[in-house]
Amino acid sequence: MKYKSQKVAYWFFALSMLLFVLQLVYGFIMGFAHAGFDGLHDIIPFNTAKAVHLNLLVVWLLSGFMGAAYYIIPEEAQRELVSVKLAYVQLISLALVGVAAIIGFHFNIWEGRKFLEIPRGLDYLVVINVLLFLGIILTTLFKGKRRTTTALVLTMGLFFAALLYLPGMLPFDSQVTDSFFRWWVVHLWVEGVWELIMGGILSFLLIKLTGVDREVIEKWLYVIVGLTFLSGVLGTGHHYYYIGVNKIWLIVGGIFSALEPLAFLAMALFAVNMYRKGEKKHPNKLALYWTLGAAIVSFVGAGLLGFAHTLPQTNLYTHGTLVTAMHGHLAFWGAYAMIVLAIISYSLPNMTGRKLYDSSRGRMAFWFSNIGMIGMTVAFGVAGVVQVYLERKMKMEFMEVQKEIEVHFYVLILCATLFVTGIILYIIDFYKHGRPTDEAIDLTSTD
Amino acid sequence: MLSKKQARAFFLGGTLVTFLIFIGLTIFSLSKDVDQTNHENITEAVVRGKNLWDSNNCMGCHTILGEGGYYAPELTKVIDRRGKGYIKAVLMSPVAWEPNGRKMVAYGFSEEEALDIIEFFDWIDDIDLNGFDTVVSPLAKDNN
Ligand code: HEC
Ligand code: HEM
Ligand code: HEM
Ligand SMILES: [Fe+2]
Repeated sequence: MKYKSQKVAYWFFALSMLLFVLQLVYGFIMGFAHAGFDGLHDIIPFNTAKAVHLNLLVVWLLSGFMGAAYYIIPEEAQRELVSVKLAYVQLISLALVGVAAIIGFHFNIWEGRKFLEIPRGLDYLVVINVLLFLGIILTTLFKGKRRTTTALVLTMGLFFAALLYLPGMLPFDSQVTDSFFRWWVVHLWVEGVWELIMGGILSFLLIKLTGVDREVIEKWLYVIVGLTFLSGVLGTGHHYYYIGVNKIWLIVGGIFSALEPLAFLAMALFAVNMYRKGEKKHPNKLALYWTLGAAIVSFVGAGLLGFAHTLPQTNLYTHGTLVTAMHGHLAFWGAYAMIVLAIISYSLPNMTGRKLYDSSRGRMAFWFSNIGMIGMTVAFGVAGVVQVYLERKMKMEFMEVQKEIEVHFYVLILCATLFVTGIILYIIDFYKHGRPTDEAIDLTSTD
Repeated sequence: MLSKKQARAFFLGGTLVTFLIFIGLTIFSLSKDVDQTNHENITEAVVRGKNLWDSNNCMGCHTILGEGGYYAPELTKVIDRRGKGYIKAVLMSPVAWEPNGRKMVAYGFSEEEALDIIEFFDWIDDIDLNGFDTVVSPLAKDNN
């Protein structure tokens, strides 16, 4: 750590971990409900659990991205954050808005559109919060000594993520138009601007961990985010096949979304090659595990499993089934959860001065969570394929099919238990690092 | 070899071009001439039904147009499948509806509210879904 203000990141990461654990609790509630045990139905019905699971996911990832920005931007811009106080105000207001939304979901207060359940009143507070965040980051960047590509790409990602929240706030009378613009948020986030955020964090980590020349890394960063937008923007069409808009999207969405895996493939090749090329072997092995892991698992979860159902001929049958849940889990995990865990693993020792670089607990956290998540993906996948076959080919009733696939949710719960064990180990490791301190400032090392 | 400047040009150029095409296609597919939703049939009752649908987050359990939760039946062609009387019974039931052993929230809607939601489903029913409707409805047995 080179600047005192970078310590703010610690508290964003801590909030992130807290909300993450809570997200998983609601995941279990849904897993059990699918397996036939909905004992909590009267207090936490499935739709509450699902809204909480998804919104906590988004908020903990955003909190992680914001922490990453507060850590990375000072170092890239070579100056302190313009205001640490405002950053704490922003942190607390983020936590309050998030928690208020989550509590509301338990009292039937929501907007009822998947991923965008936060009621409009609170949406405005979200906007104010994010504007404050962007204000701090942008002024720091512009007052800074240098403007690197890494910082620019990261900031651009955060800026456009904020901008794209707005189409989700427009009201429509038509369910079809509503859905159309819901995807401007959901799709253009995860298959567009969030990839910029991921790319920026990845590039920062690779520069630090491998010692490969910044110019080389940043050149490839442009290529990757170029591929992302080239395929991802028109790739939005893969959500427009069967919602009641023109057939032209079957062609446009089919072709461009089929190209989307290229960006993730490029990301994986990029990370692995930079690692091979790097002369410097940074002692923080855990950070390296998570960094390379994110690049590789995102290719599998988003690239391969996304491709598996993105062609219109396939999507006709898999649209809106557990196949989608299979893909959603591994994609979110690989691309966004793992990159947040990577930047935490990298920055925590630097902020606290405790160099727990290669604990066996840390390595177990990595393997347990990843193997658990892959198992969960397989469980969802098998359930999904059986569902598609029985329901959409054999024309069995939805509820009859659900009884047939109940058993796969036992497997899901088992794998989720392994996954959660890994996450708990990760959080113990987080805790053992202690608090951030000014004494951890290190001006000589390149970290 | 590719230079950093060329890489940046690729990023900015590619983004601008695809974004403009995307906006163009958006305007096209929302225009009246290619409407597949019978937009003129969105009556006040349909809108009230949609508001009930949203404000109770039915999408948290059910899918509609293939979007939502994977816990409860897809409702795109529900009127064809069940008939209006059955749906009214589901919506007005004072206890959790669960003929197949999986609970729905007991909303206990009034008759007017139930009818509004049914109007909403009725409108959804007639949307041209590029073939998806034949896949999600068991009546599709007759269609393909
Ligand atoms: C907690 C999850 C949940 C929520 C929330 C929910 N439902 Fe349901 N719904 C179900 C389940 C489960 C069934 C099937 C019950 C059975 O057959 O055992 C069902 C059945 C139905 C059916 C009959 C479908 C069929 O094919 O049999 C209709 C219509 C329906 N729900 C409408 C709604 C509407 C409208 C809302 C919102 C106001 C809603 N549901 C909210 C879980 C839910
Ligand atoms: C990190 C990147 C990605 C993440 C986090 C992600 C996540 C998700 C999620 C959560 C959904 C369900 C959304 C909803 O119903 O509201 C979804 C749907 C979908 N994704 Fe992805 N995805 C990613 C990348 C991709 C890629 C690269 C492709 C294609 C190659 C793809 C193809 C699809 C398709 C076709 C659907 C629609 C499924 C359906 O019809 O039900 N995704 N994705
Ligand atoms: C304890 C571990 C977890 C369990 C048991 C679990 C279980 C579930 C279940 C049962 C669903 C609902 C599917 C439905 O609508 O019927 C779901 C949805 C979802 N979960 Fe998880 N989950 C867990 C962890 C995670 C993690 C770590 C992530 C992200 C990295 C995640 C992301 C998602 C997403 C994006 C959806 C929405 C999928 C969709 O609607 O298409 N979950 N989860
Ligand atoms: Fe998408």
